[in-house]
Amino acid sequence: MNQIIDKKRLAEGINLFEIEAPLIARKRKPGQFVIIRIDENGERIPLTIADVNKEKGIITIVVQVVGKTTEHLGTLSPGDSLLDVVGPLGQPTHIEKFGTVVAIGGGVGHAVCFPIAKGMKDAGNYLITIVGARTKGLIILEEETKKFSDEFYITTDDGSYGKKGLVTDQLKELLEGGKKIDLVLAAGPAIMMKFVSLMTKEYGIKTIVSLNSIMVDGTGMCGVCRVEVGGKTKFACVDGPEFDGHEVNYDLLMKRLATYKEEEKLAYDRYMQKIKDKGKEM
Amino acid sequence: MVEKKKKKKKKRPPRQEMPRQDPKERRMNFNEVALGFSEETAVIEASRCIGCPKPECIDGCPVFVDIPEFIKLVQEKKFVEASKKIKETNILPAICGRVCPQETQCEIVCVLSKIDKPVAIGRLERFVADYEAAAGEVEIPPKSEPKGKKVAVVGSGPAGLTVAGELAKMGYEVIIFEALHKPGGVLVYGIPEFRLPKAIVAREVDFVEKLGVELKTNFVVGRTVTVEEFFDQGYGAVFLGLGAGLPWFLNLPGINLVGIYSANEFLTRSNLMKAYLFPEYDTPLRVGKKAVVIGGGNVAMDSVRTALRLGAKETHIIYRRSRKEMPAREEEIENAEAEGVIFDFLVNPVEFLGDKEGRVCGMKLIRMELGEPDESGRRRPVPIEGSEFVYNCDTVVIAIGQGPNPLALSTMKDLKLNKWGYIVADIETCKTSMKGVFAGGDIVTGEATVIEAMGFGWRASIAIDKYFTTGEW
Ligand SMILES: Cc1cc2nc3c(=O)[nH]c(=O)nc-3n(C[C@H](O)[C@H](O)[C@H](O)COP(=O)(O)OP(=O)(O)OC[C@H]3O[C@@H](n4cnc5c(N)ncnc54)[C@H](O)[C@@H]3O)c2cc1C
Ligand SMILES: Cc1cc2nc3c(=O)[nH]c(=O)nc-3n(C[C@H](O)[C@H](O)[C@H](O)COP(=O)(O)OP(=O)(O)OC[C@H]3O[C@@H](n4cnc5c(N)ncnc54)[C@H](O)[C@@H]3O)c2cc1C
Ligand code: SF4
Ligand code: SF4
Ligand code: FES
Repeated sequence: MNQIIDKKRLAEGINLFEIEAPLIARKRKPGQFVIIRIDENGERIPLTIADVNKEKGIITIVVQVVGKTTEHLGTLSPGDSLLDVVGPLGQPTHIEKFGTVVAIGGGVGHAVCFPIAKGMKDAGNYLITIVGARTKGLIILEEETKKFSDEFYITTDDGSYGKKGLVTDQLKELLEGGKKIDLVLAAGPAIMMKFVSLMTKEYGIKTIVSLNSIMVDGTGMCGVCRVEVGGKTKFACVDGPEFDGHEVNYDLLMKRLATYKEEEKLAYDRYMQKIKDKGKEM
Repeated sequence: MVEKKKKKKKKRPPRQEMPRQDPKERRMNFNEVALGFSEETAVIEASRCIGCPKPECIDGCPVFVDIPEFIKLVQEKKFVEASKKIKETNILPAICGRVCPQETQCEIVCVLSKIDKPVAIGRLERFVADYEAAAGEVEIPPKSEPKGKKVAVVGSGPAGLTVAGELAKMGYEVIIFEALHKPGGVLVYGIPEFRLPKAIVAREVDFVEKLGVELKTNFVVGRTVTVEEFFDQGYGAVFLGLGAGLPWFLNLPGINLVGIYSANEFLTRSNLMKAYLFPEYDTPLRVGKKAVVIGGGNVAMDSVRTALRLGAKETHIIYRRSRKEMPAREEEIENAEAEGVIFDFLVNPVEFLGDKEGRVCGMKLIRMELGEPDESGRRRPVPIEGSEFVYNCDTVVIAIGQGPNPLALSTMKDLKLNKWGYIVADIETCKTSMKGVFAGGDIVTGEATVIEAMGFGWRASIAIDKYFTTGEW
């Protein structure tokens, strides 16, 4: 169960895994996620289901190394298994024909954006995709996304690929170009979603964001994932993870994401030390 | 005649105390607080039971454990037989002996309590169950002929484990579907190690599996599969033992500050995810210097005693009424006091205060006084106008109760819920408004007790068997 069938390196520190999970593959709709746990001592972490193969019973996840668990995950290979995979969790994206949809993915957030964008295209929308990253090496799923996008843009902070600048610069260009946009989707760092939302609010364009709050159970039992939307408390794992971008309290989200900064660093350093010591032994 | 008189004169020994870890020691560790009876004490305690011909104690037990019979076996030092006797109606004696509120169930109605302290039924139950386990391989009761019928049980708390175990004994094919990665419900994610060691829960779950029950964890009903699909897949009946797992928060300014936890989160991190062993285990939990738990029930006591053990310098209970009205078990309140928990009565938060990082750094509290009794019979707390004051703290746990989790229920359009969102089910037969769907435990009654949830499981097993046999709904 939960066996890794395939693994691909997409960029520096970003891996794609195909995992055997037939029940989840069968049920999953775009926008939903799983929670995984690697081993008995492990933490439960949420990851978007980037793609599925229903026939083969496989789900795809795309994971960026940011701390202990994702680092550990990155060391696993085909044939290894994850101890726990549960899902599909969260509300599926509301997909219909809106007209012109702009899907914005920042960094590994594009893995979250990818299935939603694909769903929007399949529903007959004119799809414009913007993928942003710090630098060229961190752009993921470029070819796959290009395939189904009507327009496709890349931005990098350092200008090493695509347009130099932020995803919001590209969005602004589209907006000022007078294009009629019916919906904007954004997934990525909280700060990116915040600025995308501020911009689209000015233009009165409906915006959906996918929030990446800290989670434990993913079933509405613990409340750690709570976010404020329109002044009301919501649980991202069951009410979301997608919400109206214009209503989200991003500052709160960012503060809550930093809850365990010190402990996360401790866990990561400890893990890396362990790997190092192991290497010496061998 | 003469002999009888003699017997009457024989002095009854006092109720035997159970040894506990020293408070100074135990506040630093997660080991079990209560240490259990020795054989000698167990026999002495058992000798106190007079074996009433019409034992009222049995009626006080939601699953009708044959109390005088099992105690008689203890008197005869037949400890394993005693445990088996209990297991005829209660498949989780090691757990119930530890966490049942005996003082309001079986022990309160013991005849001795009219003239003396009641027989320590719970402590004896715990003793024989532990004795049986320590004595070696626990015997599996014989199974009936396979009935060729499948039952899906949703949730692996005490309600689900009981109905599954009982049905398996009858020969049904039973599969439990559990959302979390470990079975046990509140027994694994809520009640702390120092009150209920997880090895004991694992042992009892293992027993249920040995009865032939299959366990599927990481299975969220309503998401991974729906109840309707169960019927399509050939299950003849479904039991919903979902528990009351939705945490309530206070609707006050600042409630989402960093460092404010629901009791569910706090306890789940510590118990299920073993945050008390961080960084050996990956999941962290921060308690700060002054941890405050809001609430006065068992969940609040478990949370505050967990915070203490995790290293908070100062731990407080904030409760809006007085000590007398606290719903927690007296024993747990005493344990908390002995360990150094400070109780602040007749105060209630009105606002949470944060620093510039968005972390909680204090609360605004208001003083309360007790007014007229309310529906619960307890005197209603009334705020004293103008009495607000600022109170510093860096960790807050909200333990004011919980409600029904709508996740699975929202996918069952024909299931009748009451106005609070709990499932409407018959108390005796556990039947819901949907044919073939039974429900019991906290998801029907709201937060209750382990043994009441088991009582539901027990009654449901009988009703489900009847439903299969008669086909009547
Ligand atoms: C609905 C959802 C979908 C997600 N999808 C993806 C995805 O497709 N690909 C991907 O790479 N990442 C995704 N994430 C983020 C991913 O869960 C975190 O990167 C991961 O938990 C970090 O674990 P760590 O131990 O490696 O790092 P840590 O050391 O734990 O933390 C590093 C960073 O990750 C954040 N984080 C820590 N724990 C959690 C947690 N339990 N949940 C969320 N964030 C956390 C912290 O705020 C911190 O910024 C998603 C998050 C959510 C909520
Ligand atoms: C901290 C705490 C301390 C307590 N202390 C005591 C005590 O000392 N004594 C006592 O008698 N009682 C105590 N109680 C109460 C007691 O634990 C509960 O009354 C009892 O556990 C209820 O049993 P249940 O089987 O109905 O539900 P639960 O034990 O809540 O189990 C429900 C299970 O269903 C699972 N589930 C929920 N939804 C789904 C879904 N959609 N799909 C799959 N699975 C699902 C949950 O994950 C959970 O495992 C305490 C409760 C808490 C929270
Ligand atoms: S199960 Fe609980 S209520 Fe019943 S006899 Fe045992 S301790 Fe008492
Ligand atoms: S009521 Fe008390 S004394 Fe009588 S049988 Fe029950 S436990 Fe023994
Ligand atoms: S992750 Fe626990 S309630 Fe959302």
